[in-house]
Amino acid sequence: MSTARKAVIYALLVAGSLILLFPVWWMGAVSLETGDRARRAAADAAGFALWPADPQWQNYPTALGRMGTRPWQGWSEALARGHGFLDALANTVLITALSTLGQVLSSALVGYAFARLRFRGRGPLFVFMLATMMLPAQVTMIPLFILFRSLGWIDTPLPLVVPAFFGNAFYIFMFRQFFAQIPEALVEAARIDGCGLLRIWWELMLPLCRPVIALTAVFTFMFCWNDFLGPLIYLHSEEQYTLAIALNAFRNQFGGVSDVHLLMAASLVTMLPCVVLFFVAQKQLIGGLQLGAVKG
Amino acid sequence: MRAWAGNARGTRGLGTGLLWTAPWWLGFLFFLAVPMGMSLYISFCDYPLLQPPVFIGAANYATLATDPVFGKVLVNTLVFAALAIPIGTVLAVLLAVLLNQNLPGQGLFRTCLFVPTVVPLVGAALVWLWLLNPEYGLINAVLRLLAPLATGANNLIAALSGGHRLTWLSELAAGPQWLSSPHWAMAALVLISLWGVGSAVVIYLAGLQEIPVDLYEAAMLDGASAPRRFWHVTLPGLSPVILFNVITGLIGTWQIFALPYVLMRGEQGPGRSTYFYTMYLFDNAFRYLKMGYASAMAWIQLLIILLLTALVFWVGKRTVHYRGA
Repeated sequence: MSTARKAVIYALLVAGSLILLFPVWWMGAVSLETGDRARRAAADAAGFALWPADPQWQNYPTALGRMGTRPWQGWSEALARGHGFLDALANTVLITALSTLGQVLSSALVGYAFARLRFRGRGPLFVFMLATMMLPAQVTMIPLFILFRSLGWIDTPLPLVVPAFFGNAFYIFMFRQFFAQIPEALVEAARIDGCGLLRIWWELMLPLCRPVIALTAVFTFMFCWNDFLGPLIYLHSEEQYTLAIALNAFRNQFGGVSDVHLLMAASLVTMLPCVVLFFVAQKQLIGGLQLGAVKG
Repeated sequence: MRAWAGNARGTRGLGTGLLWTAPWWLGFLFFLAVPMGMSLYISFCDYPLLQPPVFIGAANYATLATDPVFGKVLVNTLVFAALAIPIGTVLAVLLAVLLNQNLPGQGLFRTCLFVPTVVPLVGAALVWLWLLNPEYGLINAVLRLLAPLATGANNLIAALSGGHRLTWLSELAAGPQWLSSPHWAMAALVLISLWGVGSAVVIYLAGLQEIPVDLYEAAMLDGASAPRRFWHVTLPGLSPVILFNVITGLIGTWQIFALPYVLMRGEQGPGRSTYFYTMYLFDNAFRYLKMGYASAMAWIQLLIILLLTALVFWVGKRTVHYRGA
């Protein structure tokens, strides 16, 4: 690739990244301002500094302390009696971790069956499953609410977690495609040794499909971590809130602009796990991108 | 390569297959099929949630046909989809191609691009409320800097067309009212949705690496320039992924809810300009407890999405290139 072309590509990438990241930078800068200066930054372009003159790092503990209705009274108190941010964090972690685990295991198992288990009716069943992918989940929003309500699951994490254990047509499809490409020779020896299909899946096949596991896990994680509509419908009491809706409650409670610096601090803390996860997993996600990279 | 399917003992019965695929079809049954059946029945009922449903025939559907708010949210959602999907697709493909060049530091750029998609909605809403503020927001500050350009272009258009000026261009030059203007609020939402282009870029990146390198090598041997390689190798190779993304995007835009909900604090925007289909459905169901009416809306939505998906497939059949097919 010529140097000139490289320079153009870099210039475009840097410009694009700067534009996309500027709002996030703004969040960071405002999160470190004093309340007064943050209000001015939010109310007047001239009041905004790219980097605060006097960074207020204590905004972060203050912001996390202020989330939720119970006032912050120190760590020991928070750990003993619960606290808005810690509760929301724990709820989010629980829902996200269980959903991710359930989604990976169930989708991998069903995808494996569709790829490697020959059974009567497999083709039509698979096509049928693909067709259900086209059905938008929206139409089930109300009946599912009624169903979960009659089960007494409202205001518990169950409606958000349990469905993940039943697979998802898209991820099943991805797993099937991957499992179908694994050469038979690899499992021959295991089969001769008398390994059952389930053991072959768990011990041989599953470790091989890391890119699909990464894809399923990361997408499920990010979806659950940031999901807004689901928790809004199912979680009603503050102790059950996830971070996404706890933040919204925090904003409405303290009237938006008046505590914009604390809101920004809390938002940045909330998004941190997703950013780190993407940075770590992107190679797996885009799967050996370097090998197939377009030679310009 | 033909995938191995089955084992030495040959084909199993349907029962074994159903046992293995049980998680999926049980989930399908309990979380999709049965709820859909329920939803269809409820849509023909008056059901205020706290009392049992009462069958009222097609009355909900008849009311929908004359409900002006329903018409408004329908049009809003269609307009949003018609703007956000094409612009977003073009932008995402171009960014993916840039990010797919074999250069050092791409991991960092990819992460930069992805960061906006994980910003919590409330944080994003506040940032954009500031960026889009008509008086002191950054976007209008930049637009005012560029105003002479837009005015010049408009004068040129006026000179060429005999006095016709583009109203939107002069408004853009003056700095639009964005979220407080019924016309510009939609543009603002499209702009914010483009900020989250990163998630589509990741899927296109994965698609790009599936295109065989030898196709590019052959094209280069034939002396094809970079734009020609993009047009004749990259785009056809990527077309199945584009089709997939357009369809998921179509389903996604019909479900747009959280962004306008948080941005407008659950309100409907100036002249209901940021009130979308799913928001009205949600309000009917959980604010007014009109479960029957909301279910009827959900079914109309399902039919529209299926129709649009069929349309996209039909167009795709003529334009999408499947390797080896």
